[in-house]
Amino acid sequence: MADELLSFDAVLERFDPVLGLEVHVELSTKSKMWCGCPTEFGNEPNSQVCPVCLGLPGSLPVVNAKAVESAIRIGLSLNCQIARWCRFARKNYFYPDMPKDYQISQYDEPLCFDGEIAVEVGEMAYQVPIERVHMEEDAGKITHIGGVGRIANADYSLLDYNRAGVPLMEIVTKTIHDTGAAAPEVAAGYVALLRDMVRALAVSQGRMERGNLRCDVNVSLMPKGASELGIRSETKNVNSLRAVADAVRYEMRRQGAILSAGGRVVQETRHWNEAGYTTAGRSKETAEDYRYFPEPDLVPLAADPAWVEQLRATLPEHPGKRRARLRTEWGFTQREFGDILAVPGALDTIADTVLAGATPIAARKWWLTELARRANEWGVALDELPITAKQVAEVQALLDTGQINDKLARQVIEGVLAGEGDPAAVVQHRGLTVVSDTGALEVAVDGAIAADP
Amino acid sequence: MLTRSEVARLAALARIELSDDELDAMASQLDVILSAVAAVSEVASQDIPPTSHAVPLTNVMRPDVLNWVPRSQAMLAGAPDVENGRFRVPQILQEEQ
Amino acid sequence: MNLLSASAAELGRLIATREVSSVEVTRAHLDQIAAVDTCIHAFLAIDATGALRQAAATDARIAAGEQLGPLAGVPIAIKDLLCYQALPTTAGSRILEGWVPPYNSTVVQRLIAAGLVLIGKTNCDEFAMGSSTETSGYGPTHNPWDTARIPGGSGGGSAAAVAACETPLAIGTDTGGSIRQPAAVTGSVGVKPTYGMVSRYGIIAMASSLDQAGPVARTTLDAALLHTVIAGHDPMDSTSLTTPVPDVVTAARLGDVRGLRIGLVREFSGEGYAPGVELRVQQAIAALLTAGAEVVEVSCPHFIHALATYYLIMPAEVSSNLARYDGMRYGLRIGDDGTNSTETVTRLTRGKGFGTEAKRRIILGTYALSAGYYDAYYGSAQKMRTLIARDFATAFERCDVLVSPATPTTAFKLGERIDDPLAMYMSDLCTIPANLAGIGAASFPCGLAPEDGLPVGFQVMAPALRDERLYQVGAALERELTAKWGSQLLAQAPALTDTKVVW
Repeated sequence: MADELLSFDAVLERFDPVLGLEVHVELSTKSKMWCGCPTEFGNEPNSQVCPVCLGLPGSLPVVNAKAVESAIRIGLSLNCQIARWCRFARKNYFYPDMPKDYQISQYDEPLCFDGEIAVEVGEMAYQVPIERVHMEEDAGKITHIGGVGRIANADYSLLDYNRAGVPLMEIVTKTIHDTGAAAPEVAAGYVALLRDMVRALAVSQGRMERGNLRCDVNVSLMPKGASELGIRSETKNVNSLRAVADAVRYEMRRQGAILSAGGRVVQETRHWNEAGYTTAGRSKETAEDYRYFPEPDLVPLAADPAWVEQLRATLPEHPGKRRARLRTEWGFTQREFGDILAVPGALDTIADTVLAGATPIAARKWWLTELARRANEWGVALDELPITAKQVAEVQALLDTGQINDKLARQVIEGVLAGEGDPAAVVQHRGLTVVSDTGALEVAVDGAIAADP
Repeated sequence: MLTRSEVARLAALARIELSDDELDAMASQLDVILSAVAAVSEVASQDIPPTSHAVPLTNVMRPDVLNWVPRSQAMLAGAPDVENGRFRVPQILQEEQ
Repeated sequence: MNLLSASAAELGRLIATREVSSVEVTRAHLDQIAAVDTCIHAFLAIDATGALRQAAATDARIAAGEQLGPLAGVPIAIKDLLCYQALPTTAGSRILEGWVPPYNSTVVQRLIAAGLVLIGKTNCDEFAMGSSTETSGYGPTHNPWDTARIPGGSGGGSAAAVAACETPLAIGTDTGGSIRQPAAVTGSVGVKPTYGMVSRYGIIAMASSLDQAGPVARTTLDAALLHTVIAGHDPMDSTSLTTPVPDVVTAARLGDVRGLRIGLVREFSGEGYAPGVELRVQQAIAALLTAGAEVVEVSCPHFIHALATYYLIMPAEVSSNLARYDGMRYGLRIGDDGTNSTETVTRLTRGKGFGTEAKRRIILGTYALSAGYYDAYYGSAQKMRTLIARDFATAFERCDVLVSPATPTTAFKLGERIDDPLAMYMSDLCTIPANLAGIGAASFPCGLAPEDGLPVGFQVMAPALRDERLYQVGAALERELTAKWGSQLLAQAPALTDTKVVW
């Protein structure tokens, strides 16, 4: 990392940041975008391929209706217009992970366009304008062998096309202005909102760590008072919410240093490094010539307005509205609620726990402390822990009725996570009841005897 | 109007190795062809809708159901090089320096 | 009964009634291939064992009392563009040499289901790009009428195989005339159905918005029977039509053109058209008048731009469709020496694996689509495509079918135009408009040009989905001309050297 960096505050004194975000969402359809192969993750290499997704000579694509439906529902959730008529297009470029050496995508006729969504950061709401939502296909997976696993010095590469042809939605914002110091949080908040939205729509697993949701971050700086956009950098595949914010902050500081020294920002693709900085990738000075043209193998889509309205009726509560509602209902401060939003999946699990009878404060406590720690240790998401919202609510009920104390409650949770059954069963099995009267004592003693005769 | 270096650029874009002789021959032949087709852009004026498909179909879609049999052996059978069930290809350049 | 010159309809009837077996018919054709194909070179691959096994299976099904279709047990050859698991599919290109597809094209599946016997793969121009089969990576096919001449292209192998009685039926594909032009110059019948009527699934793509497979035969009825077998909706092809296939067989059996309004396209005559071609086309029209048709002359002013339009749209699609031949997943790989990158290996593979015409069209198409040129070239061509379709629509308000020569000249000599791409492209002058508009069109033999004694093809074009009209006209013409000649045109073909006389 040899980049000169200006301090964040100094950047903001002289420049206004301008953002642009491109998010790829892998849909969780059963079958691929153009063929009936499964989209399942993690199976034997090339076990989920057929002539179509392998691009064999003579094969032809047929559009997955569910993918189109999902794209329209995403578009509607982002308050987009839905095209009355649009076509797919071929994006021509050679890369070994693209079996046809072109990607079927959409070019100047996206399915959804001109949307807008509010992103809340603290007490402020920022309007993020949406340029388009379009459909395309994912590529295969490359494993570099030899060298040190990096592309440039790999000896050779191996290709697995199981992922090739999995439906992808690309959601592109227009330039986002006037975010000032909140730029990093607006970017991360927007991506978090999309993540929650696609999950609520049940169109994608929306897991950034698995690449279901991938973000390219465009950042440029405008000198205060200027009217023309600055030259932007595009940082690819930023794969966590925190990295999105960090990448924005880093690029602001890097570009700020260049511009302050009288230099010129290079329009280029940059790579996000986990250690917290970006590195230069391919220069975009010699822009790729993708030679887009209408895909002749697929016929145009003409979304019937009646169908679109039907799909609109299936939309779940808007994530932003839902957040506002839950915050009010639960009576949390902005800060308390913000802690919930910062943990992926916490909002849903807490909401479910409240529905199962726990108080918001109790639900928040369990999911953000004990369970968040466990999820972190095991490297899984909250909703992947082997404990349900209902079970957490039951633990809390045992606590509220004085049958266990806080310390025992942690042991009960331990037991549930260890697969010992529901909280009541764990209590009984482990003999964890607080001794408060003789009846309970007898139960506890019987339990101890039964366990260790 | 199509120069030799332009043909070389196109050949690079299309990933085709051309010898010097091929480049020369192609530049002049393509030039002849391009002059012969130039009239199209003169006649086709702005207000005519383009035709991309020969038949007026729309909304051809398939239901999201699995239609697949695992046949990785057969799918890999025609490959020039295979290793551990994957297509083996030469080192991939670009992206990182 | 001569099994080699008999029509497919007749062979099918004899096999169904067990007067001959499919095995006998198949063996006769395999023998004919063995005898004549050294001088014709219509085939790139022959599956004698598989064909005889299929024939025996069909014989057994018939013996067991199964009711099969009218072409069950009849041999057929398929253009090397159609994926067939039993034989290599190369598209006439070295870049796919030896590639055996792991799946069957829909057309092949339909042929197998109908009990036809697949005897082999026929030669064609590389990726169907040519009008002479000379761009095939495996050497040209020769015209049975004069082996020093081209059999047409790209489907020269299919047409020559049918004309040389190596097979009674063949499948071709037609992007700008690749079924009709070879049929014309070999004196056979070739039909390009309406775009979308025959599934493209499993057929190696040249230009996706123009490609269409169709029948090649010696008689109109045979072509109609085959048309019926291969046509119909296929969910694997998004551009496949759902409308019912018209009753082409009845149209071919009746050949009734009484009251049919035939429009002669004015733009396809005059300079550049051989006198013998124009003469035979005129005589064909006269024969149709005799049969009760009405004839009018129509003008389609944008047809003069069809060739140029085609040479923008087709190469653009070709440049994209042929990108996948990159040496990574199948086919040829050149230069993988452990130090070359994928990029270099792909460049070397494509440089070596593709022939000159393929490279020329890929580069032309890359240019037509490239930034800054798209609107002038590809965009304009798509607009012209609209204008050409409108010309057809206007003409079809006045007449039921349009007719013209299928090709401006008869078969030229091998080598004559190979170094002059533009002259070669002119072979498809009359056939291209139908592909651009997506309508059905066919070529029927209409005599020999007096100046060279070579076959002339009569092109019929019908509105989209009205393919039965092609057969109506073809059958009427065949009836009238056969009566005049006393036999079908192919019977006048000279005997091939070193072979028994077929007719």
